[in-house]
Amino acid sequence: MTQAATRARAGDRPSDRLSDETLLKWLSDMQLIREFETRTMQAYQQAKIGGFCHIYTGQEPVAVGTIQSVQPDDPVITAYRDHGHALARGMDPRACMAEMFGKITGCAKGKGGSMHMFDRPHHLYGGHGIVGAQTPLGAGLAFAARYELEVLGTGKKRVCLCYLGDGALDQGAFHEAQNLASLFGLPVIYIVENNGYSMGTAIHRHTANHEHLLDRARGYGIDAVQIDGFDVLRIYDEFKPFADACREDQRPGFVNLITYRYQGHSMSDPQKYRTKEEVERFKEKDGIASLVHHLMSSEDEGGRGCLSEDEWKQMQREIRERVMDAVRFAEESPEPDVETELYSDVFLNPMPHLSPIRDYVHGAPNPLLADDA
Amino acid sequence: MIQYAVDLPEIDFSYAPPREGERVIQFREALREAMSEEMRRDERIFLMGEEVAEYNGAYKVSQGMLDEFGPKRIIDTPISENGFAGLGIAAAMAGLRPIVEFMSWSFSLVAADQILNNAPKMLYMSGGQWGCPIVFRGNDGAGGQLGSTHSWCVEGLYSNVPGMKMVIPSNPYDAKGLLKTAIRDPDPVFFLESERMLGDRAHVPPEEYYIPFGQARLAREGDACTLVSFGRPVNFCLEAGEALSGQGIEVDVLDMRTIRPLDIDAIVRSVQKTNRIVVVDQCWPFASVASEVMAQICEHAFDWLDAPPVRVNTDDVPTPYAKNLEAAYLPNPEKIIRAVTHLVG
Ligand SMILES: Cc1ncc(C[n+]2csc(CCOP(=O)(O)OP(=O)(O)O)c2C)c(N)n1
Ligand SMILES: [Mg+2]
Repeated sequence: MTQAATRARAGDRPSDRLSDETLLKWLSDMQLIREFETRTMQAYQQAKIGGFCHIYTGQEPVAVGTIQSVQPDDPVITAYRDHGHALARGMDPRACMAEMFGKITGCAKGKGGSMHMFDRPHHLYGGHGIVGAQTPLGAGLAFAARYELEVLGTGKKRVCLCYLGDGALDQGAFHEAQNLASLFGLPVIYIVENNGYSMGTAIHRHTANHEHLLDRARGYGIDAVQIDGFDVLRIYDEFKPFADACREDQRPGFVNLITYRYQGHSMSDPQKYRTKEEVERFKEKDGIASLVHHLMSSEDEGGRGCLSEDEWKQMQREIRERVMDAVRFAEESPEPDVETELYSDVFLNPMPHLSPIRDYVHGAPNPLLADDA
Repeated sequence: MIQYAVDLPEIDFSYAPPREGERVIQFREALREAMSEEMRRDERIFLMGEEVAEYNGAYKVSQGMLDEFGPKRIIDTPISENGFAGLGIAAAMAGLRPIVEFMSWSFSLVAADQILNNAPKMLYMSGGQWGCPIVFRGNDGAGGQLGSTHSWCVEGLYSNVPGMKMVIPSNPYDAKGLLKTAIRDPDPVFFLESERMLGDRAHVPPEEYYIPFGQARLAREGDACTLVSFGRPVNFCLEAGEALSGQGIEVDVLDMRTIRPLDIDAIVRSVQKTNRIVVVDQCWPFASVASEVMAQICEHAFDWLDAPPVRVNTDDVPTPYAKNLEAAYLPNPEKIIRAVTHLVG
C-alpha cells in the first residue's frame, strides 16, 4: 500500500496515514462493485444470467475495508453473495461477469456461477452456496497457513478472512468452526456481514439473543468486536489493528460488521418483510457517498480535498466503461464446449471406469491460471 | 501459499511383491504402515480425527504415530465431524495432504455437506483451480452388534456422487498398497475399512508398494459362476468358493478393491467365461453398488448371460441389534452358496 508522505495527515487514526491515492483507489473499488452489480441486475433481467444471484450493493465498504486491511496473499473465503469480495480481491470484472453468463472465459469456466466465484491467483477460495459451509473451510485455510509456518517451515504469519451472513450464525457448522478455530489457535477472522436479514427473516426472528452476538464468540474464547460497516475508513481503523493482532498472535477473531443490503435477498425477492422507508434510511448512510464527501471536503472541513466534482464524474465514467466492457466481453465469449468441458475438472487424475457413462478428461486451462507455468 | 500439488504422483505400479511370505501382521498395522511410510516421505501429510493421537486410535490403527510424528501432524479433534472434515478439505485446497479419520463412517453422515458437497465438487466449481487431495478413512459396515445408527455401509449412498474415488480393501496386503495409492492420489478418496477385519492377520511385505485403482483381483478361479464383491464380503465369497468346490462347483471370485473406478472389464471377462454372476454387497439392495454392477453387466455383457444376475445384499431393514437378527441380516457364505447353487443348478 502506498504511503504518500506528502499527503499523509497528522491524525492518529490508522486511516489518517493512508495516502490520498489509496483512498481514491478504495473509492474506485467500491464504485466498481456498485456499477458491476447494477449491470448484473440488468443482465439478469434480460435473462443473460441464470440461477440464484445475490447483489452486494450497499455492503461495498465491508469487502473493500476488510480486504484492504490484510495482505494480498492472505486467504479469503466467503458465501454466495460474493461478487463484491471477488472484485475487491482483484478479480478481473470480465472473468466475474463471464462466469455469470456461463461462459468459458469465466473464473470457473462457467461451471460455478454467481454463487461460486473462485480466484486462485488472488487467493479467493470461493464463493460457497451452502449457508455456513465456508466457515469450517475458513478454519482449514488458517490451519494450512499455520501448518506451513510451523511444520513445513516455509510460510509466514497469515490471517484468513472468512465472511458469513447473519443467517449463518444459526448454522451448526459455524459453531463447530469457532470451537475448532479457538481450540487449535487458528488465525481466521469470522466476519459476519450483518445486514439484518437472513433472506426474509429479520435477525431478531432468526437468532437468539441477537443484541449480544459478541458474547457468543467470546464464549468460545474468541476475541470479538462490533464495527459499523457504513464507512470504509472506520472499518479500516477498527479492523486493521484487530486483524494485525490475530495475525501476530495466530488466533481467531469474530467481527459483527453492521451493514445493509439495498436490493432484495436475491433477484427474485418481493421484499415484503421491510419498508421502503427503512431502505431509504440506510441509503442516507451510503458508504460511497460518504467517502466521496470526505475526499471532496477541504482539509479544514476535516476532509482530504483530493477529489473534484469533475474527477468523480470522470472516475464514474471510466468505471462504467470498464463494466460495460466486461458485459460485452461476457456476451461475446463462447460457451463452454460440451464435449470437453462437461466431463473435465471432475478429477485431477482421471482414470478409466470412474463413471459408467464415459471417461473424464482434462478440459481447457482455467483462464485465471493462464500465466501459471 | 504452499506449492499447489496438481502434479501427478509418479508411482511404479508394476512392482508387486509376493502375497505370500513370512511377515504376518494385522490389517490395522498394514493401514498404519501405509500412513507412516507416506508421512515420512511427505511432510504435507497429517492425520486428524477423534482419538487418533493420545488415545492411540479408537481402534488402535494409529498406535504409536503420535510418538513418531508429534502433535502437529497427528491431531486429536473434538467430536465435530462436519467441522474437521471441512477443515481438512480447505487444508487440502491450500496444498496440504490430510488424512481424516472417521471413527466410523456412520458418523460421517453429520459431515455429509462437507464430504459430499465440497470435497468432490471443488475442482469442478472452481473450473479446475482447486482440487482436494484428501483421504477420508474409517470403519464401515455392520457385524459388531452396534445397532442401526452405528452400522452404516456408506458405499451405496456416497458412490452416487461424482468427483471422488472409493476404495474398499478386503485384506491386509491390499489395505497397505491401496491406502498408499489413496494418499498419493490428488483427488478426494473415500477409504472404507471394516472394524470386523482390523484384527485379520496376513502377510504384508515390509517394503513399499502401491496397488493401482480400478484393477480387480481375481482371488479365486473357476468357470461355473462369477462372484463379485468388495471389502469384507470378499472373504465370505472365498469361503463359499471353498465349500462349493467340494460340491464340484468352481467359481471366479473378483475382489473389486475400488468401487470408483469400477473394473467392469474384469467382470465382463469373467462373465464371458462363466455366463453367470452373483454380486455380494454388504449394503442395502436398493440403488446399491450391487445394483450398479448388475446394470453395467446388463449393458456390457447381456448376451453372455445364461441367467439373470443375482445379488446378495443385507436385508432391507435398519440394522438390528440382536445377534441372531444381525447374523440373518448380513451376507454370509451360506447365502452366497445358495445363490450360486440356484444359478448353477
Ligand atoms: C444450508 C442452506 N440452507 C438454506 C439455504 C437457502 N438460503 C440461501 S441464502 C439464505 C439466507 C442467508 O442469509 P444471510 O446468511 O444473512 O446472508 P445474506 O443473504 O444476508 O448475505 C438462505 C435461507 C442455503 N443456501 N443453504
Ligand atoms: Mg443477512
